[in-house]
Amino acid sequence: MNEISSSGAGVFFREDLTTGEVPVVTAIPHQLAVSRLTLTDFRCYRQQRLEVDVRPVVLTGPNGAGKTNLLEALSFLVPGRGLRRAKLSEITRRAADGVVAARQWAVAAKLSVGDNEIDIGTGCEIGANDNDRGRDKRVTKIDGTVVKSQAELGRYTSAQWLTPQMDRLFLEGASGRRRFVDQLIYGLDPEHAGPVAAYDHSLRSRNKLLREGNLEPQWLDSIEESMARHGIALVVRRLEVVARLQAVCRAGKGAFPGSEIAMAGQVEDWLASEPALTVEDRFRDALLTSRPSDAVIGSTSVGPHRSDFAVRHGDTGMAADICSTGEQKALLIGIVLAAARLQTEERGYTPLLLLDEITAHLDKARRVSLFELILDLGAQAWITGTEDEIFAPLGEQVQHFAINQGEFEKL
Amino acid sequence: MTTTEIDRLIQLLSKLPGLGPRSARRAALHLIKNRESLMKPLGLAMEAAAENVQTCSTCGNLDTANPCAICTDVKRDTAKICVVEEVADLWALERTASFNGLYHILGGVLSPLDGVGPDDLTLDSLIARARGDEVTEIILATSATVDGKTTAHYITDRLEDAGVTVSALAHGIPVGGELDYLDDGTLSAAMKERRGI
Ligand SMILES: [Zn+2]
Repeated sequence: MNEISSSGAGVFFREDLTTGEVPVVTAIPHQLAVSRLTLTDFRCYRQQRLEVDVRPVVLTGPNGAGKTNLLEALSFLVPGRGLRRAKLSEITRRAADGVVAARQWAVAAKLSVGDNEIDIGTGCEIGANDNDRGRDKRVTKIDGTVVKSQAELGRYTSAQWLTPQMDRLFLEGASGRRRFVDQLIYGLDPEHAGPVAAYDHSLRSRNKLLREGNLEPQWLDSIEESMARHGIALVVRRLEVVARLQAVCRAGKGAFPGSEIAMAGQVEDWLASEPALTVEDRFRDALLTSRPSDAVIGSTSVGPHRSDFAVRHGDTGMAADICSTGEQKALLIGIVLAAARLQTEERGYTPLLLLDEITAHLDKARRVSLFELILDLGAQAWITGTEDEIFAPLGEQVQHFAINQGEFEKL
Repeated sequence: MTTTEIDRLIQLLSKLPGLGPRSARRAALHLIKNRESLMKPLGLAMEAAAENVQTCSTCGNLDTANPCAICTDVKRDTAKICVVEEVADLWALERTASFNGLYHILGGVLSPLDGVGPDDLTLDSLIARARGDEVTEIILATSATVDGKTTAHYITDRLEDAGVTVSALAHGIPVGGELDYLDDGTLSAAMKERRGI
C-alpha cells in the first residue's frame, strides 16, 4: 500500500508502509529546505556534515550538546549576525581549555526551493592580516561566487527563529522587540535591511561625535540628513509590513491566540498625520534642536531607535507584558507562524523555522497544535529539545537526530 | 640565503593586503624559484618606486613628478575636478577613459566610528581649488556607502558659496560598492550620467 501521509495541507512526503523502505521524499514547490549542511570550526563543530530531507528536523540531546550551535549555523544562511548576534571572532571553535582553536569558521549548505537548488557558503577569517581593512572578514558565496554583501542572501533565503532568550521579549527593553520585528520584516521584505543598517550606522556616528563634544554643524548636518532619509524609510517599511502582518495575526490559529500588533513611537505618530517627506523635515529639525541636550546625555533622544513593537492579546486585549509566561510564549509563536504564513503567500515559499527549546512553557495541547501548524505550513522547521518522548508522536513526519558532544546520530 | 632571510621575506609579504601567512609563503617560494626573471627585477622596481614616487601636492595622485602627469597635462579640462576617496579610484576612472578633467583625492571618507574627521581629509585644499577661477564643476565620486554619501553631502555644504556646480556620479553604483570594484562600463556610464546635487 502506498499511502500519502498527510497532515492538513502539508502533504509533502510519501511513506511506504509495507516494504519499510526509506520514504520517498519530494519537496513541495514552495518550501525552502536545507538538504546538506557542512560546518567547519564552528563553535563545538570541527568538521561536521548533516544530510537531511525536506521534512522538519528534530534535534534532541542534553544541554550543551550543540543543538543551539546548529541552529545558529543555519541562521547564518540569511543576512545578519545570526540568532545569537555574536561577534564573528566568538564563533570559531575553541579547544577544551577555551583557547581559540581556529582562525576561521564556515557554514556551507545546499538548499532547495522546489526543483531549484542553491549552494550557500558563509564564513569568517579572523584578522588574517592586520593591514587588511576588513579585520574580521565575513565572506559569503552564492553558488560558488563571492557576493559583495551578505545582504544578497535575503533574495534567496529567509528564516524566522525563536530562542529561550526571547521568552522575556515582552518584559525587557524595546531594542529586543525592534530587532524581533525587523527580523520578521527581513523575511517579507529583504530590502528592509538596507535602511536599518544605514540608520544604525549614522545614529552611532552622531552619538560618537556628540560624546566627543564635536559639534561642527556641517558635519552633524550631513549625518542627520542620512538619519532622516534612512530613518523615515525604515519606519515607513515597518508600518507597512506590520499592517500586512496584523491582518494575518489578528485571528488565532490552533491553540495559539491572535494578537493586536502595532509600531508605536514619535516618528510613527508624525507619519499618522503627515506625508513622509514632511516627517523627514520634522525629524531633521528635531535632531538639530536636540543637539545640545543630546550632547549632555551622549545619545540621541528622538528617532526610530526609540520606537516599540506593541503587542496585545487578541482575546483578552491585555498588553503582552502583563500576560502569563505561557501566554507570552503563545503570542510570540502565533506571531512568528503568522509571519511565516504571510511570507509563503507573498514570496511563494516557506522560510526555515529555527525553534530552539520551543516546547518549554507549552502545555501538551499547545505542543500538539504547534506541531500540526508546522506540518500544515509545510516549512522545514528545525526543532530542538532535551526529551525524545515529546516528539515521538510525530513519527515519520519528521526526521529525528540525537546530538551529543557535536556528533549526530539519526534515530 | 639563510632561513632568517626567507622568514623575513615571508613576514613582509604577509603584510600585503589580501595575503595571509600561507599565501605569503607561496609567494616567497615563487619569487625564489624565479630569482632572475622575477625576484631581482621586482626588487629593483620596488627600490625605484620607493625612491621616486611622490604624492602630487595639488591633487594627491601618486607619480614620479610633482605636480603629477594629470595635473600638468595641457589636454585635460581644468574646469572639472572629480573628487575620489583613494588613488585606486582615480586609476579605476582613468581606465574607463570617460573623464578628461582633473582629480582630487580625499584620502578617505568622514567616519566618526573610525575616528576620521574633516581635518584628516584634504578638504581645505579641495575648497581652495574649487574657488579657483578656472574651476566650474566639482564631481563627487565617493563610494555609495553611508559614510561615502554623508561625506558627499558634507562637501556639497562646504562648497555652497564656492561658485561651482556640484554633481555626483549617477545611479548604477550599488550601495556599499566601492568605486575601485566597479566594472569599467558601469563606471563610465555613471560618469556620463552624473547629475547635479
Ligand atoms: Zn596631480
